[in-house]
Amino acid sequence: MKIVVCIKQVPDTKGGVKFNPDGTLDRAAMLAIMNPDDKAGLEAALRIKEEHGAEVTVITMGLPKADDVLREALAMGADKAILVTDRVLGGADTWATSTTIAGAIRNIDYDLIITGRQAIDGDTAQVGPQIAEHLNVPVISYAEDIRIEGDSVIVKRQYEDRYHEIKAKMPCLITALSELNVPRYMTPGGIFDAYDSEVTVWGRNDLKDVDDSNLGLKGSPTKIAKASDKVRKGAGEKVTLDASESVEYIMSKLKEKHVI
Amino acid sequence: MDFSLDKKHEMARTLFKEFAETEVKPLAQEVDETEVFPRGTVEKMAKAGFLGIPVPKEYGGQGCDPLTYVMCVEELSKVCGTTGVIVSAHTSLCIDPIMTYGTEEQKQKYVKDLATGAKLGAFALTEPGAGTDAQGAQTKAVLDGDEWVLNGSKCFITNGKEADVYIVIAITSIAEDKRGRKKKNFSAFIVDKGAPGFSFGTKEKKMGIRGSSTYELIFEDCRIPKENLLGPEGRGFPIAMHTLDGGRIGIAAQALGIAEGALERAIEYTKERKQFGRSIAQQQNTQFKLADMATRVEAAKFLVYKAAIAKATQKVYSVEAAKAKLFAAETAMAVTTEVVQLFGGYGYIREYDVERMMRDAKITEIYEGTSEVQRMVISGALLK
Repeated sequence: MKIVVCIKQVPDTKGGVKFNPDGTLDRAAMLAIMNPDDKAGLEAALRIKEEHGAEVTVITMGLPKADDVLREALAMGADKAILVTDRVLGGADTWATSTTIAGAIRNIDYDLIITGRQAIDGDTAQVGPQIAEHLNVPVISYAEDIRIEGDSVIVKRQYEDRYHEIKAKMPCLITALSELNVPRYMTPGGIFDAYDSEVTVWGRNDLKDVDDSNLGLKGSPTKIAKASDKVRKGAGEKVTLDASESVEYIMSKLKEKHVI
Repeated sequence: MDFSLDKKHEMARTLFKEFAETEVKPLAQEVDETEVFPRGTVEKMAKAGFLGIPVPKEYGGQGCDPLTYVMCVEELSKVCGTTGVIVSAHTSLCIDPIMTYGTEEQKQKYVKDLATGAKLGAFALTEPGAGTDAQGAQTKAVLDGDEWVLNGSKCFITNGKEADVYIVIAITSIAEDKRGRKKKNFSAFIVDKGAPGFSFGTKEKKMGIRGSSTYELIFEDCRIPKENLLGPEGRGFPIAMHTLDGGRIGIAAQALGIAEGALERAIEYTKERKQFGRSIAQQQNTQFKLADMATRVEAAKFLVYKAAIAKATQKVYSVEAAKAKLFAAETAMAVTTEVVQLFGGYGYIREYDVERMMRDAKITEIYEGTSEVQRMVISGALLK
């Protein structure tokens, strides 16, 4: 079985977000880490590998320094790593990114693709499902449990107050939640091996069946007007009323704010 | 000459740091307070491959170099001295002599389980009457058919009751030199926990590294297989001394970690602590102390890393190891004492980590060769 895991190097937002004067992220000032949902996706793939046997390939699109995050994945136990990097791919939004990643994955045999649900720097949750669309395979998002049964996967898909259990035939794509598991640590020996192994580097010309008009900044329909750190919400308003009065009060507030 | 780490060592440090912060730091105070050996942490370290870092892969290890191992002990010790010494004694004092002097059978039988962390190791040289003067040891081993019979006791043994495999140094013969003076010939042995006649005595109550299991080992007609002799008969003393050369690098790394951990806390605390209307970090007294400590810590780090690299590249590294341990241990003691002072009254309270670090630091000046012994080794080489 062959599994492709899409990972992204993201700035660590634990210590707060830092911006350049022009409003873009100051990535240099923040530590770069493997996106947590992607890491859970990789862990899920490694567990499938241990249980059923699989070859795990990790792939990322990014600057050459994204090599670090691929080495980390290799040190955790991934078998192969592919870095898609090219100046013409820079400035990509989710559409251009998913087009690029899909163009790269078309070169590889796969039974299962796992992506993180979303990256902590963009929080769009669009790239995984878009890759599935480009490759014309089914997608199961928000996986909180993954099981393999023959040529199918059975996934618990997180829902607000319940979960859906969905079975899909492979090949398919799953987007993973960080709640899926606790990712393993790298091993020291794995780190040494990771730096002794080759990372495959692909550029624009290695992408299969993609049009230039869908790549990079030019191929990105999304334009970011402004980025900012999370806006703190106010404390809100607390009222102590009985049930029916509360309902009335809330209704009046919703009407007042034109929510209903 | 390049003082920077390459990418794989940097990544290894990131790993050790993350593990230490997540798995070890939250337990450090409890381990100290309750004096309970952190078995759960040892199991996690085994799983993460931390118990066989410099061991070749064919023997179950990680196939890394001594520098990587040293960085692991350093990062663990930044948050918990106990956890640092567990790894150090296991790796340097038990695995290393078997890897260096063991037969292929011994490596297969013991190193694989030790390096994967399925078993924990310890080393027993010290006796009640034989510390720095290790030649004063009394434990004897006599060959009886296909077995060695050990009698005597060892004390202050790190990983004491928790280990599964012990390297034990014992007298196997007494020879007379030309002038008729008696000279003890020592040999090294591998002893399994549970060997008949092998038991544990007193658990030591210590000033620091209180979660580390420090025990007396008792051998009463303890019988071990003949093939558990480690290295040639009569070579036990040089084996022990060479093993301690490696061990000292591990302890130097522990001392370095303790010093770095204390300095990190001092930087955080002095920025927060306000007296006379401003943070104490704004006082020049604090600034100068921090500067002196940082300089000293960095010097210690280079000596420790140099010794680790020497272990990888040189056959003999006694002097490098002695200098690293001497300076790092004295740095740990000086820095932790100074940091407690910077914390003032809070530094004396057990709720704050620095008090524990000061207690943990002291042992690094004593075990695996006191600072005085290190000075003897260094000056001995100078005046040879």
